[in-house]
Amino acid sequence: MDRSDLYIIVAGCGRLGARLASELSRTGSSVVVIDRDPARFAGLTAEFSGFHLTGDAIEQEVLRSAKIEQADCFLATTNQDNINLMLAQVAKVIYGVPLVMARIYDPLRSPVYERLGIDTISPTELSAQEFLHTITARTGPEPASALRNGR
Amino acid sequence: MRAILAGEGKTLYFLARQFTAKGHHITIINRHPDECEALARRLEKSVVVLGNGSDPAVLEDAGARQADVLVALTPEDQDNLIACQVARQMFGVPRVLALVNDPDNEEIFKRLGVTEAFSATRIIATLLEEQAALEEVINLLPMAEGRIQVAEVVIGEKAPARDKTLQELDLPADTLVAGIIRGGDVHIPRGDSRLHLADKVILIGRPANFGDALRAVAGEEA
Repeated sequence: MDRSDLYIIVAGCGRLGARLASELSRTGSSVVVIDRDPARFAGLTAEFSGFHLTGDAIEQEVLRSAKIEQADCFLATTNQDNINLMLAQVAKVIYGVPLVMARIYDPLRSPVYERLGIDTISPTELSAQEFLHTITARTGPEPASALRNGR
Repeated sequence: MRAILAGEGKTLYFLARQFTAKGHHITIINRHPDECEALARRLEKSVVVLGNGSDPAVLEDAGARQADVLVALTPEDQDNLIACQVARQMFGVPRVLALVNDPDNEEIFKRLGVTEAFSATRIIATLLEEQAALEEVINLLPMAEGRIQVAEVVIGEKAPARDKTLQELDLPADTLVAGIIRGGDVHIPRGDSRLHLADKVILIGRPANFGDALRAVAGEEA
């Protein structure tokens, strides 16, 4: 897919949302970022050339004014799991957005949402994998004894 | 019946009290430690679990695997939706009901697998618009899950329908005058039946235009 043709909505302009919105905008996508606190938009980089919208994304009116029915991609990155899960389902099921992803801190519930065709990304899971990967790469499969031996 | 109620506040307490009194087995999920303690003290027969109703571990502790119904009544719509979905999909709870705080979410929740979503805002707004505004409406009851409205309306002095035949009334489509009660007798009306002062009219219609039907019979100000 040519990234310059994509229309992307990012709900939640915290550290993750601001980072994603800035990067996607820099690489050519049309981006609308939504947050209920306008002060959060200060986190966007100078390269962000999209739009920002102040409002609660959980309200239908706010989503409609972001033209959600035309979006190619919806990213739910607020700091609350349940809001992200609800937004992702509304985007997917009610407005038929083709690519929908949600950040969730608690990975326990992800099987429920995978079944509904919503990709969830769990920072806990990703960090744990990265830690373990680094340990394994440095020490081999038995990290504890290897570290003690000073390898 | 084994029911799980996830929520807080007075509605939760009185619901739990009412259902336990009828002999149902009630488990409450509440996220405030102080409120949990108070609920456990006041509702001796209920089990109270501290936590968030959308957390699978909390639902499991609350006995979701054996539950017949889950009712989610927190002030946060997203928490109510996720609690219902987790209860249904991870624990197979057959009926999941949710309170929606934002009336726009009523339809959305149903499309996302919630058995029944009810909006207190909308229920009260409907009562205000249709009942409080019209004193002549004696009874207003929704039937067929709210798809049909039935009302008993008195013909007052200024009622537009006074001294008119049914054919002459400006009723919206799909509205029916099913009966006229006059001096204690019930008449099944025809198109040429005429309405008189103090008649009681049984009116049946759809919620979408029932306000118009009531106005056509009883009038605006009432």
